[in-house]
Amino acid sequence: MVKRVVVLGGGTGGTLIANRLRRQLAADDVITVVDRDGQHLYQPGLLFVPFGKIRAESITRSRARQLHGGVGYHQSGADHVDIDASRVHLEDGTVLPYDALVIATGAALLPGETDGLAEATERGKAFTFYDMPGAMALRDALARFDGGRIAVNVVDMPIKCPVAPIEFSFLADWYFRSRGIRDRVELTFVTPLDGAFTKPVCNRELSGMLDDKGVHLVTEFNTGEVDADGGRLISFDGREVGFDLAVTVPVHGGQAYVGRSPGLGDALGFIAADERTLQAKASPNVFVIGDAADVRASKAGSVAHFEGEILARNIASFLRGEPLTASFDGHTNCFIESGFGKALLIDFNYDTEPVTGRFPGRVGLPLLRESHLNHLGKLAFQWFYWHMLLPGRDIPGIGADMPLAGKRLGAPAAGAGSPSDSLTGTRERP
Amino acid sequence: MPVKTYAGTEVTVNDEGFLADPQQWREDMAPQIAAEAGIPVLTEPHWRVIKFMRHEYAEKGTGPSVRALSKTSGVSIKELYELFPKGPAKLAAKIAGIPKPRGCI
Repeated sequence: MVKRVVVLGGGTGGTLIANRLRRQLAADDVITVVDRDGQHLYQPGLLFVPFGKIRAESITRSRARQLHGGVGYHQSGADHVDIDASRVHLEDGTVLPYDALVIATGAALLPGETDGLAEATERGKAFTFYDMPGAMALRDALARFDGGRIAVNVVDMPIKCPVAPIEFSFLADWYFRSRGIRDRVELTFVTPLDGAFTKPVCNRELSGMLDDKGVHLVTEFNTGEVDADGGRLISFDGREVGFDLAVTVPVHGGQAYVGRSPGLGDALGFIAADERTLQAKASPNVFVIGDAADVRASKAGSVAHFEGEILARNIASFLRGEPLTASFDGHTNCFIESGFGKALLIDFNYDTEPVTGRFPGRVGLPLLRESHLNHLGKLAFQWFYWHMLLPGRDIPGIGADMPLAGKRLGAPAAGAGSPSDSLTGTRERP
Repeated sequence: MPVKTYAGTEVTVNDEGFLADPQQWREDMAPQIAAEAGIPVLTEPHWRVIKFMRHEYAEKGTGPSVRALSKTSGVSIKELYELFPKGPAKLAAKIAGIPKPRGCI
């Protein structure tokens, strides 16, 4: 029997799972990728656009051309999924029946969820670098900026690439230093978390670096309103942070079609799934990869990559009527750009927090420490993305399971989980 | 881990005051936990949120975030902050005897 697999979304997760499945399934099984537009954006590149370090054209390519021969591509938005009938209804009227469905539609930016944010954006007071138009507008605004207060604000969690706003703060420090006006710019990082990052060891390191770079840190700030006129972020509990220019990471949610598909998503439009098998709780023939999933892992490209290896095996097992035996350990790997040609690297999973040491083994890149080598790693990553990740190839020596060799476990994690500990190095403005 | 006495029963709590075992929680412990957290009286809307937190925890194994709590319970985020000042998800979880909602990473 010919099997039909529909992959909703042709971004990082959708592209690599379709390519992996093409190799794993029988040649006459049909794989169709659906996306609403034809441009594949290398999202990690967005961070560098506001600082003029990367051109927009250099980080977008044709979506369809990233798919292997033998993978079908259908360009249309999704209207809804009928999980009982196992059918996807597209906006162009097409109905696609499936034996297995992969949700790979990522996360949507929802600025409308925050009072005043849309207006502040329209009036050139607030910007986001989480999409290309926003990143380009921010580039122009930063170029004009010659002094004042910049607030980098994460409105709510979860967000894509949770380290990106911290990286933005590091790079902003570097950018204004190289323009010679750092002393006229006040940088503040405003987060709903109780520290710069959730994991204790990593939080200590990143909070310390923000402090060293003179970036103020305001924690447990749940933004309720952006006041463009008054230049203020206002939290739900009535605290305020003033700004002349706000760099916001808007609320994230699932795509709108998830809300139109009864039983598919949770309250925020993400897809609840078994965090090990990646099978959706909604239905046994629905699977999820990447940012669209409501699992404990970060919303990051490396997660989609590591999930891909596991998910391809599980979907193949499912289509053969066999139990799902492949298990995702939550492996995440992120470069954190820190400016001045340096970067840090973190590597962790569901059970192991980011620690110091080396990756992927005792000889390798330094973990949780600034180095030029990591910066080169971050730059080289774009090549890996187009030529290894998207084609669904395994990177030699870097598998889905997080490596333990090279990691310094235990010692620095003492006191992990205590809130006072996780606030080390933080400082709030009155 | 510290031991506390709520409604005449000894329970173990973690460093932040969350019950170590959600099974030990009983409704008559809630007013005392709330009072310690600065909420002198639990009104009907408080109870609606507390029961919702218990329900979500039983179903999903974790308490919801503020935004998810608002979307599913129909209580606006502003109102949730009036009921549970500072941090509704965290505070309501503590009073409902469930673990601190897991931080998103």
